[in-house]
Amino acid sequence: MVDRPEGNRPDAERAGGRTDGETTASPPEPALADRLERLGASLEARRSEDGVEKSRVRSTGFAQAVKVASEFVAGVVVGAGIGWGIDRQLGTSPWALILFLLLGFAAGVLNVLRAEGKVAEAGARLREAERRRSSSPDGSGGDIA
Amino acid sequence: MAADKVDPIHQFQITKILPIQVGNLDVSFTNSSLFMAATVIVATAFLVFASSNRSLVPNRWQLVAEMSYSFVANTLRDAAGKAGMQFFPLVFSLFMFVLVANLIGMFPYFFTVTSHIIVTFCLAMLVIGTVVVFGIWKHGFHFFGLFVPKGVPGALVPLVTVIEIISFLSRPISLSVRLFANMLAGHITLKVFAGFVVMLSAAGVTGVVGAILPLAMAVALTALEFLVAFLQAYVFTVLTCMYLNDAIHPGH
Repeated sequence: MVDRPEGNRPDAERAGGRTDGETTASPPEPALADRLERLGASLEARRSEDGVEKSRVRSTGFAQAVKVASEFVAGVVVGAGIGWGIDRQLGTSPWALILFLLLGFAAGVLNVLRAEGKVAEAGARLREAERRRSSSPDGSGGDIA
Repeated sequence: MAADKVDPIHQFQITKILPIQVGNLDVSFTNSSLFMAATVIVATAFLVFASSNRSLVPNRWQLVAEMSYSFVANTLRDAAGKAGMQFFPLVFSLFMFVLVANLIGMFPYFFTVTSHIIVTFCLAMLVIGTVVVFGIWKHGFHFFGLFVPKGVPGALVPLVTVIEIISFLSRPISLSVRLFANMLAGHITLKVFAGFVVMLSAAGVTGVVGAILPLAMAVALTALEFLVAFLQAYVFTVLTCMYLNDAIHPGH
């Protein structure tokens, strides 16, 4: 929006300079491509700006509370569920339930720390390791698949 | 009794509209099905109508449709990069479904589809299923590297891996519980405060005066619920994008 007058000026000058010439259709085309390119660049800039702004916005307190609580509870519930399932299948009651409930607590805490950004995401940490490995000189890493 | 009249849970009851029985399976068309269908129809009709006269200078409807498009597109692009845009149809459909379902639930006497955990859990399983299937299809066995953290002492690897797997499996649950709990809690609170108004105003003049406070509360809560309806659709979308990001590049 702001740079529109600037964008118009060279176009107008060029058009004004060549009105007596025979080609009135071809000069606007490079100008148009130019402007399109500039539009693309400014859109890209706006996009990254928006992204930065959005990540800075914090949600409301209630939403935050429900988020953290559900993360923690989900870990415990899944751990207990797995333990209960193993107990049922193998008849080891109640040992698997106890073990996986404890692991579930650990997973719940991990979920909460991750939700709060205190621990890196599993994928992010893996990517970091990958990058370090591939940037090292011996790097033949990343060809496991 | 008054307790029957203002039962805050009654609004979540499933009633059969068209009983259908296939073998032992009850596949009746319920009020939940009706509002799910209504959600899909409303969302589709809105988008088709809003984009029907594609003008360069958009009118209000087109503007809203374009805003919702670019909002979801930006969210997805920020979280999962350019490669994430191949999932745009899925993410946009999920966002519109959850948002429209939440907003339809705000009408009095309407059923809120997202206040039932089975519905939100199915949506979450759809997301996680997509992540797992796409991750394995794209990266093969390498995808499971997501669960084995690097730089952990050897003796701790099995323990940490189990914790990571539980943490991964808990994602669909926390995703669905969050949406469901927000909608359920909000609608119950609204109903309870509205019930106070009815009960107090039945108790004479002093009651009517006293009913002003819960009435003001109910009005304020309605506004908050509209915010929550939008916020939860957004949160669901953001987390979907983050999980999809894991599937697209678990280890680059």
